[in-house]
Amino acid sequence: MNVAVIVFPGSNGSLEMDKAVQDCLEHKVDYVRHTETDLSNYDVILLPGGATFGDYLRPGAMASVTPIMAEVKQAAAEGKLVLGVSNGFQVLTEAGLLPGAFLQNEKPKFRTESITVKVDNNETPFTLDFVKEESIQLPIAHGFGNYYCEEETLRRLEQNQQIVFRYEGQNPNGSVAAIAGIVNEAGNVLGMMPHPERATQDWLGSVDGRRVFTSILKYWRDKNGAA
Amino acid sequence: MFKAIVYVTLRESVIDPAGSAVKTSLHSLGHDEVGDVRIGKYIELEINLKDRQAAEERAQEMCQKLLANPAIEDYRYELQEV
Repeated sequence: MNVAVIVFPGSNGSLEMDKAVQDCLEHKVDYVRHTETDLSNYDVILLPGGATFGDYLRPGAMASVTPIMAEVKQAAAEGKLVLGVSNGFQVLTEAGLLPGAFLQNEKPKFRTESITVKVDNNETPFTLDFVKEESIQLPIAHGFGNYYCEEETLRRLEQNQQIVFRYEGQNPNGSVAAIAGIVNEAGNVLGMMPHPERATQDWLGSVDGRRVFTSILKYWRDKNGAA
Repeated sequence: MFKAIVYVTLRESVIDPAGSAVKTSLHSLGHDEVGDVRIGKYIELEINLKDRQAAEERAQEMCQKLLANPAIEDYRYELQEV
């Protein structure tokens, strides 16, 4: 299983993504710059958090039109796994790989804390190792985490079970239907606002994020019959 | 050559937390006459084309593909010959 972490100017979660894959899967990761034009060697593509291109215009907007994103779209169309976390999620919506858009947090404050997230769908390639309706602890760190979509889109997301994670208890940013993470219709592209890669060791406060990565490996092994 | 002045605003249906915060500040200055406040973006573009029609089409395309996100934002622009 070959894993790529896409690096944009302003990405700051690349190293954490890399460490998480190393720790959880004992697997090596390649960094791929936003100017590159080939992802054909990779099975799993990770878009880390940060503030790509300074989040000027809108978070993720400029990253979404870089050369590498054409390749990410191609990979997604081929059924490869694409995971965008935080700013990575924003890039995926701006690129049109996931529906909806992001607004400033309802209370205009950058929030960084551990929150409770409910696993709504444990049948995606990213959530196989979770239990349905399970409550997990993951950190968030964002100022524009307020997921917005039209009612019709929300209905479609709910009908197709595309809502994977929801905030439980408190909704930290005002997201529609407390959405914290969604997949595309095919299920191979996941965007999530909380950071699983920052919840992989006890000393980080939670290990619940590990299972996003172990799920990916399990899915890949089932599909390819190998490591 | 043309100059395009692009205004990007949040759609009416979308809540604007930054605008609300500014409204609160204006009220605290005693400007109780202020109702709703909305904050948007102002973008100036130099467009190096001679033909107005072409400049218009290019500006339109830039707005749709990058400068505004139709899921949450509206845009309008003015084209000035310079």
